[in-house]
Amino acid sequence: MTTQAIVIGAGIVGAACAAALAQRGAKVLVLDDGRGGATGAGMGHLVAMDDNPAELALTHYSLGLWQGLRAQLPERCAYRGCGTLWLAADEQEMALAMGKQALLAEQGVASEALGTQRLAQLEPMLRAGLAGALKVPGDAIVYAPAAAAWLLQQAAGVTLRPATVQAVQGRQVTLQGGERLAADIVVLANGFGAKALLPALALRPKKGHLLITDRYPGRVSHQLVELGYAASAHHSEGTSVAFNVQARPTGQLLVGSSRQFDTLETRVEPAVLARMLARAVAYLPALAGLNAIRAWTGFRAATPDGLPMLGEHPEQPGLWLALGHEGLGVTTAPGSAQLLCALMFGNAPLIDARPYAPGRFAEGQAA
Amino acid sequence: MIIYLDQHAVEVPGGITVAAALAYAGSSASRRSCTGQHRAPFCGMGVCQECRMQIDGQRRLACQTLCRPGMQVERSG
Repeated sequence: MTTQAIVIGAGIVGAACAAALAQRGAKVLVLDDGRGGATGAGMGHLVAMDDNPAELALTHYSLGLWQGLRAQLPERCAYRGCGTLWLAADEQEMALAMGKQALLAEQGVASEALGTQRLAQLEPMLRAGLAGALKVPGDAIVYAPAAAAWLLQQAAGVTLRPATVQAVQGRQVTLQGGERLAADIVVLANGFGAKALLPALALRPKKGHLLITDRYPGRVSHQLVELGYAASAHHSEGTSVAFNVQARPTGQLLVGSSRQFDTLETRVEPAVLARMLARAVAYLPALAGLNAIRAWTGFRAATPDGLPMLGEHPEQPGLWLALGHEGLGVTTAPGSAQLLCALMFGNAPLIDARPYAPGRFAEGQAA
Repeated sequence: MIIYLDQHAVEVPGGITVAAALAYAGSSASRRSCTGQHRAPFCGMGVCQECRMQIDGQRRLACQTLCRPGMQVERSG
């Protein structure tokens, strides 16, 4: 008999889950309230992150799956294998870069250490005198909203329905207006929106700002990230900024990044934007002379340990969680979807699923 | 005064913006979108960013830039 599935959320994670379920022959109904989430607000950087072994395992696995999709992705998805340059400001950071290289190599992720001169040749817009960089050539970029839409379109047996979910209980879904739906499998993949349906979930919003410039083709070639990014990305309190710039295929520069906790205020905050841009200009001095055309904010759904929740709800059989991807959901969507489906259908996942088990947080927090 | 629009000399009155000069020259198109569609000044007050152009070698907003004699204005990009 055909498995009936409902996926809540048509962002990149929900779309990847729906496509993976359809691949296994399921009939999938995707529900989305159209309000948009982290998929449309983020950068779309496909990046191997190594802050802990589980994060590296999931990002590396997912990057391989993105590579497999690459040939099929239509041009509107704007996939580019630009690679990442992790920038080292001084010798101390260069030592961090070498440590990172060793960690990545353990998982089979290739990288190359670049000295001052080689870095200056590759990215002449960077300020002079940086110690060097670690180049990770397997990293890439993608336009995530287009990729999510494509994942849903290309899958047979997937229906997208605009609808706002009011309540979820196990395999039962109640829509606004009272309509009730049921399925064999319900997947909650609506990012921070899941908190409204399951208030006890260990999710916190982490606000970010981004800014995009007019088109300046040829100025930057790689995704440029400061090595201090990871330290900023893992702060759990206060406001932090880190340099992170992406060259869009149009020649526009997408400038990040910032982090703020426990606010759901959507407006752009000039003080935070100013700090973020000052950081960016410190690395790319000529950025100060370019025109910005837009700035916006978004919210990452963060778990206490920074890893997503992938698995069945500990107290609600039939309800599966694909949540808490924080700033890495675009990277890890395909791996998350495959891992979740393996668990659903009783196959062994290709990576250890335990670090992402939704029940890992203290009793009463996760569920 | 004379300004150069896509390398063609255009006579415009003094004191007008580049956005006004586009209309004066007969086509208010300022640039093309990523998919090749024409874009033109919309808000006229420096907010919508639709009139960004190459003006004397710099990316600038046509609606926020006054014409000056000999100015080079390009619609490309």
